[in-house]
Amino acid sequence: MAAIYSLYIINKSGGLIFYKDYGSAGRMDTNDTLRLASLWHSMHAISQQLSPVSGCSGIELLQADTFDLHCFQSLTGTKFFVISEPGVQHMEGLLKCIYELYTDYVLKNPFYEMEMPIRCELFDINLSQAVQKDRVALLGR
Amino acid sequence: MAPLAPKSGDAIFASVERVNAELFTLTYGAMVRQLITDLEEVEEVNKQLDQMGYNIGIRLVDEFLAKSNVSRCVDFKETAEVIAKVGFKMFLGVTASVTNWDVEGTTCSIILEDNPLVDFVELPDTCQGLYYCNILSGVIRGSLEMVSMKTEVTWLRDMLRGDDVFELQVKLLKQIPEEYPYKDDE
Repeated sequence: MAAIYSLYIINKSGGLIFYKDYGSAGRMDTNDTLRLASLWHSMHAISQQLSPVSGCSGIELLQADTFDLHCFQSLTGTKFFVISEPGVQHMEGLLKCIYELYTDYVLKNPFYEMEMPIRCELFDINLSQAVQKDRVALLGR
Repeated sequence: MAPLAPKSGDAIFASVERVNAELFTLTYGAMVRQLITDLEEVEEVNKQLDQMGYNIGIRLVDEFLAKSNVSRCVDFKETAEVIAKVGFKMFLGVTASVTNWDVEGTTCSIILEDNPLVDFVELPDTCQGLYYCNILSGVIRGSLEMVSMKTEVTWLRDMLRGDDVFELQVKLLKQIPEEYPYKDDE
C-alpha cells in the first residue's frame, strides 16, 4: 500500500518538469498531468492573492475525500507537490528532502538545462530511495 | 509541523561533503589560467569569470536554501548578513563581515579576510587588471537574482592587488516583485 500516489515538480513559470507516480491509484496520462500542473500553479498564485494573511506563501495542503495534496514552494519559485492518501502526516519532511535531492542531483548536473524537464538518472535513483525510506518510516510509525 | 530552524553556517559546513581545499584552489587557478590563455584580454577574463559565477549562482541558490533552512529575509540588510555569515561559511568555509552601509540600506560591503581561492596566488605584472576572484561576484549576483533582487557586485579591495582584505560592494538595484501581472484587463 503506497502512501504517496504521485510526485510533481513545477518550474517557476508553471510548466511540469517532473512527474512520477507510485502505485496504481490516481494514475494520470501525460496530458492530464500537464493540465494539473498548470492548474495548480495558477491556483497557488491566486490563493496567495486571496489570502487575508499578508505575506502568505500559497496553499500548502489540499484535502479531498480520496487524496491529500501537499505542496512546497521554494523561495526561487519551484514547486514540489505530492498526492498522497488522505490523512498522511509529515509530508513536509519528504518534500524538503526531495528539494535537497533536486539541488544535488538536478541543479548540479552540468547538462541539465534550467527550467527544462528533468531527465537525470541519479535523481531518479536517489528519489526512489528517499520515497522508499519514507514509506518504511511511515509503516513503523 | 513547525518550520525547521535555520542552521548556522558551521553546522551546514560540517554536514555537507567537502573536497580537499588545495584541490579546489588549484582547480580554480588552473581554470583562470586557461581562460587567460584562451581569451588573451584580462578584461574578457573578468567578464567570463563573472558570467561563470552567475551561471553557478542561479543553481547554487537552491542548494543554499534547501540546506540552510533560512526563510525569507525581511530586508536587504538581513540578506547581506545571511550571505556573509551562512553562505560564505557553507560553500567556502570562511566567514565574511558586512559593513559600510549607505543611508538607504541598499549598498554595503562584504569583507573577506580569508579567501581560499587565492592561497597560492601572486598576480604577475601582465595581469594587473585581473579580478582573480570575479567568479564570487557573479555567484552573488546570480543567486540574488533568483530570489528577485537585481544587484550589482563590484570589487573595491583585493588582497592580490596589495590591499589588506577583500572587499565586495553589493548594490541593490531593484527588487522585482513576485506578483503576477493580474491586472491585465484594467
